[in-house]
Amino acid sequence: MALDRIVIVGAGQAATQAATSLRAGGFIGKLTIIGEESALPYQRPPLSKAYLSGTMSMERVTLKSAQSWIEDNVEVIVSTTVSAINRDAKFVITQDGRMFGYDTLILATGARVRKIACPGADLTGLHYLRTVKDVDGLRTAMKAGHRLVVIGGGYIGLEVAAVARKAGLEVTILEASDRVLARVAPPAVSAFFEDLHRDAGVTLVTGAKVTAIIGNGHVTGVALGDGSVVAADVVLVGIGIIPNAELARDAGILAPDGIETDKDARTSDPNVFAIGDCASRPLVHYGDRRARLESVHNALEQGKLAAAAILGLHRPTEETPWFWSDQYDVKLQIAGISTGATLTVIRGDPATKRFAAFHLDANNRLLGVDAINAPPEFIVAKQVIARHGVLAPETLADMSISMKEIGAKAIAESLNT
Amino acid sequence: MAKVTYIEHNGKEHSIDVPVGSTIMEGAIKNRVPGIDADCGGACACATCHVYVDAAWLPKLTKAGSMEESMLDFAEGVTPESRLSCQIAVTPELDGIVVRLPEAQH
Repeated sequence: MALDRIVIVGAGQAATQAATSLRAGGFIGKLTIIGEESALPYQRPPLSKAYLSGTMSMERVTLKSAQSWIEDNVEVIVSTTVSAINRDAKFVITQDGRMFGYDTLILATGARVRKIACPGADLTGLHYLRTVKDVDGLRTAMKAGHRLVVIGGGYIGLEVAAVARKAGLEVTILEASDRVLARVAPPAVSAFFEDLHRDAGVTLVTGAKVTAIIGNGHVTGVALGDGSVVAADVVLVGIGIIPNAELARDAGILAPDGIETDKDARTSDPNVFAIGDCASRPLVHYGDRRARLESVHNALEQGKLAAAAILGLHRPTEETPWFWSDQYDVKLQIAGISTGATLTVIRGDPATKRFAAFHLDANNRLLGVDAINAPPEFIVAKQVIARHGVLAPETLADMSISMKEIGAKAIAESLNT
Repeated sequence: MAKVTYIEHNGKEHSIDVPVGSTIMEGAIKNRVPGIDADCGGACACATCHVYVDAAWLPKLTKAGSMEESMLDFAEGVTPESRLSCQIAVTPELDGIVVRLPEAQH
């Protein structure tokens, strides 16, 4: 089958990795990336951290220079929305009517922010955070002494709160559930981050039901279910993302939530791949359970998997999923996926700001770890999870045994089984 | 700008002018030098930007922080010349620095 033209829809980190791996793997045909944003492909993780705080410039956040794209002979078309896929004739069509034929299509369409649905949601001064443009707007609005209200105690909300406190704003976080990071972390880790933010002067309200954004043109406050109003000069909403799966779904590709792929990132159409935040993939280290992973690790790995499958190359080994967050002087590193854990073992003392929460299943198999300022725990866990190793809870909790020792034993045992 | 020479494991050299204020890692990534993955983009979260700094240049670098040290502790083929290149900010004093890339980054 001819493979002369590959089109990648979406221009984020997954698209960039796929293009880079395709060229590195020997693809010499026409390679086109079509992205909605006006910027060349860039990294998203710094947006809520070093880019928001101003310590990292756009030039540094940009993944590859214009010159590098030219040298790799990749056409990057920006500010362009793909509106439909014609799978029979194998082309995509853009909103402005341009057609791009493909032999293989890669969907790297990413995700968009979940909008808040309440009265006042259209007031100015209400921000979301997904794109560099969003952050440029938010940063301009974040003036020292002003009151920032963050709706949503997830990673985006907490990272923005940390940057805002350092920039001298008064910060309130409103979280709907009974703890921050409720969807992604165990109670001990949530409690640690709640203390961290409160110690930094953040007002944290859990169980907060937002009923309306108040203001006259511009936001002045956020109304809660108990009748109170939290005064605000600027509001950030960080309540999750929705995969951009409509393009695939409208073309008849299986995409009930994210775009469903197999282990090679191939969709229900063998000529179409889906990678990154938009994709729902089988997790090989977790019994092929399907999930959408919203992370750099996933973007890079699926980009590599798709490129290898398209070129018929040896498929890369899947890593343990991993993720990180920076808040104040704390680095959180997460390895694995803790869903289904029956036991959490804490190694170290949260009061020292250096500890890790290990999540085990009923057979003591390690499923995931949340490591706070604890790289050895993170790295060893990453290795053990990839080998489906087991760890004894009492050994884990014993700080007199090094992580190197714990890891070596678990890995040796996993090879014997 | 400071000139940074990256030497791949196979001996291939790349001499790159890297802007002051960015990092040795960024100089490699932005100029398509193979051998540095830098998955996390410079957050000192992944240890995939390991390099060996030529011994003559080591004293000119700021010392590795505790996060970097403990990440490096688990990298493959670590020597006293090992550093994470995302943690080396380029300064005018580093003009001419030579770094070697490890065989495998994982």
